[in-house]
Amino acid sequence: MSDILEARSVTKAFGGLVAVDEVDFTIPEGAIVSLIGPNGAGKTTFFNVIAGLYKPTRGTVHFGGKVISGLPPHQITRYGIARTFQNIRLFQNMTAVENVMVGHHSRMTSSPFDAILRLPRERTEERETEVKARELLEYVGLKGRDGVTAKNLPYGDQRRLELARALAAEPKLLLLDEPTAGMDPNETARMTAFIRRLRDERGITVLLIEHDMKVVMGISERVTVLDHGTKIAEGTPTVVQRDERVIEAYLGRAASAAS
Amino acid sequence: MPCGGARIDLFLAAIVIGITNGAFIALIALGYTLVYGIIELINFSHGDLFMLGTFACLTTLTLLGFATEVGIGGTPWWALLAAMLLAMAFCGTLNVLAERIAYRPLRKAPRLAPLISAIGVSFIYVNLGLLWQGPTPRRFPDLLPQYDFVSQMFGLETLVRFTFKDLFVLGLAIPLMLALAWVIRNTRMGKAMRAVAQDSEMASQMGIDVNRVISFTFLLGGILAGAAGLMYGLYNNNTVFTLGFDAGLKAFTAAVLGGIGNVSGAALGGFVLGLLSAIVITFLGGQWDSVGVFSLLVIILVFKPTGLLGQGASD
Amino acid sequence: MRRSSEGWWYTAKGAARDRNIVTTAGAIALALAFPVINQVLNLGWEAKAIPISLFIVLALGLNVVVGFAGLLDLGYAAFFAIGAYSMAFLTSEVSPFAFVREGQPVNFFIAMLISSAVAACFGVLLGAPTLRLRGDYLAIVTLGFGEIVPLVIRNTPEVTKGTQGMNPIGYPEVPGVHFATDPVPWYYLIVAVLMVSVVLTGRLQRSRIGRAWAAMREDEVAAASMGVNLVTTKLFAFSLGASFSGFAGSIWASYLQVIAPEQFRFDVSIFVLVMIILGGLGNIYGVIAGGLILGFVDRIMFDWFSAIVHGIGRATNNSELELTDTSRMRQLLFGVSLVVLMLVRPEGLFPSARRRAELHAAEESETEAAQERAVIEDIE
Repeated sequence: MSDILEARSVTKAFGGLVAVDEVDFTIPEGAIVSLIGPNGAGKTTFFNVIAGLYKPTRGTVHFGGKVISGLPPHQITRYGIARTFQNIRLFQNMTAVENVMVGHHSRMTSSPFDAILRLPRERTEERETEVKARELLEYVGLKGRDGVTAKNLPYGDQRRLELARALAAEPKLLLLDEPTAGMDPNETARMTAFIRRLRDERGITVLLIEHDMKVVMGISERVTVLDHGTKIAEGTPTVVQRDERVIEAYLGRAASAAS
Repeated sequence: MPCGGARIDLFLAAIVIGITNGAFIALIALGYTLVYGIIELINFSHGDLFMLGTFACLTTLTLLGFATEVGIGGTPWWALLAAMLLAMAFCGTLNVLAERIAYRPLRKAPRLAPLISAIGVSFIYVNLGLLWQGPTPRRFPDLLPQYDFVSQMFGLETLVRFTFKDLFVLGLAIPLMLALAWVIRNTRMGKAMRAVAQDSEMASQMGIDVNRVISFTFLLGGILAGAAGLMYGLYNNNTVFTLGFDAGLKAFTAAVLGGIGNVSGAALGGFVLGLLSAIVITFLGGQWDSVGVFSLLVIILVFKPTGLLGQGASD
Repeated sequence: MRRSSEGWWYTAKGAARDRNIVTTAGAIALALAFPVINQVLNLGWEAKAIPISLFIVLALGLNVVVGFAGLLDLGYAAFFAIGAYSMAFLTSEVSPFAFVREGQPVNFFIAMLISSAVAACFGVLLGAPTLRLRGDYLAIVTLGFGEIVPLVIRNTPEVTKGTQGMNPIGYPEVPGVHFATDPVPWYYLIVAVLMVSVVLTGRLQRSRIGRAWAAMREDEVAAASMGVNLVTTKLFAFSLGASFSGFAGSIWASYLQVIAPEQFRFDVSIFVLVMIILGGLGNIYGVIAGGLILGFVDRIMFDWFSAIVHGIGRATNNSELELTDTSRMRQLLFGVSLVVLMLVRPEGLFPSARRRAELHAAEESETEAAQERAVIEDIE
């Protein structure tokens, strides 16, 4: 199994604050990999570096053999990485189907001039995009909600819509930032099953940030643990679970928080 | 001016003019920066408020019988003081009212809404000015002593002049700026202002009356604009209802140059801009003044949007 | 929700669509029949209808920038000026180009296209370095640009004739049509441009780029993460708006036959902005309605108002009232209407549903906004 993504000694500093420090990280193609760590460990920052929202201060990120670090996010999306956000960032005032159609933006080719002239290829592309968007909505379980304005959807549906929007970008690698945050155990279980289905049916590699240990341990093939911006452990869920530094990072934090 | 000596003369003369002009630009710029620092609004009407300040002074002086300097012996200091206090009170009140009526209801709206509202207020001020003093430039009485320190005190024959007027403007503007700095640093209200500027939600949870702090900020900005109105009038001896637009843009540029939201930055930016403007006027001609200023604004915003002293546009 | 029907009104369905077709057809018929109605009723509005429709073209262009892409452009008149002066340079006897002066003016219609392209190029030149700035900074930069352009025109009389203005300017030459003497062909030319503008901006709004604009307006970070290139998407909106303004400017110059820098000051930019805010940002039909209302108030009702004021002045022998220049109150009207609109109905009279929702939604918390800015700065 070859690695689809490889981060080499990635460092991201904000002023004097080092949020991610010399992290080496790989994701094998077709795997479900998780990134965990206590709050403020630098998980989301690392995520944002991969997605292109931040340029790494040092180090490089390779994706499918190409260097992507330093590229703007829209280009990284075009290469095949799509993401969701920890605090859902839908286009609140657009309908569900429009949200998903925006997700397909990078896979569309018609120019504004095609749109002005209403060329047949533009019409066809628009129609196909819409059909595809509806299919995706159905796939994530939002059948019949196509025309609902995003902000009027219930919370769980908004998470699903965000996922559909990311899938519309036809990613090879999907970055999910706490996809089950705020969900009840029932919904969480369904989301977990869905993520596995995504990988199995569509062959999409998944990188998860999670808080919920049950989710992480249930579906990840490999877990990487960050603390204070550095990688402290990596391996299969069972190995990581028994790692002393990991236990200390979590328990130590909890103990000091309790005291 | 073929000879080099004259050039240096001219340059030094421009510097003196620039510093003095920089003083009122700085006072207006402080009004922009204070408001921006607190509620992130570009108070578009602020330049026009300054224009109304010059009008308030002119009207006060006229009512007190000093519409012209002709036949008046010596400087009527009490009248100048009255004019300045009235203009400060007038501009301060107007600015507070504008915030109450036109900006406060829009505080939760997208940021363009209050900006558009501020443009509307600016138009209203301009028309107020037009109705007040008419469309033609008005003469402002030349009431300060006519004394040039360079030629009369030191007996130097140069183009450089440092007159009593320059001294008056600097002698009033600099203490005002220091007073402002003191208010912000040492008073309860000043501390509350800094807290609101940093995080208004947190400040309100800590029991600070955010609305009062914002009103107070607008009051301070208005007071400084009113004071600048008197200085401008006495220094240039004219005013016109369209004065505010250019003055406002210059001052805003100064605020951005210094780092918007940063009080010492606005003062520094004002002086730098005054100097630049005086040099452009001296060597390129007055018609290029605004072009120079706006080009500078575009260049700063593109290359260093945080300004000279700013810690970042988001602060 | 199937969008199978052809035609550019295709977003509506069923009865709503039928109503739209009727309204649109009615509006077109009314616009086309206007010169006849004007003559029959003896309104004398032909000289008013031309600037009103031309300003609606301007508003449609600014609507792309402000309404669709959410970029506040306060220097829109600069591109109007650039278009007008390009037309003059290409067709006027006083052009700085020797070949034009010496009897080889460029054909009006070609000059119109060139003028629009020149304005678009200036849009790219100004937009490329500045569009990454935050919204209110961009507003001030465009404002500065709007000030610089007329000043530079005034300060370079050797090229632009300065304050004296450029006159005469070439006009369209079509066999059998008298553009030189008759306003009616001008009216039809501008209405044709207006209709093309409506179709064009409408199609863009409902296309891939239109969705990208809407997405970007709502959340730049999410839009970028979904593959929207923020820089080119903004730049396209900005320069497209500029090209509309340049197009309108070129027609305006030719119609007026004389242009001077004072015609392109800040209040023109604000006038057009008020049109689109009044009508409803982002809604093409709202913008047209806003333009019609404001144009009517500005060009026709103000004349009535002056006539009444002057009449009262005459009747009461009050010479001050009789000679009052009511046009001065125009600006006051803009000012008051901007503030009142923002307070009462920030979405305009005829808003697009989405804009209304945006403008009434409470804004995200300050910290979130700050984070977002940090992220956006980092992207760029």
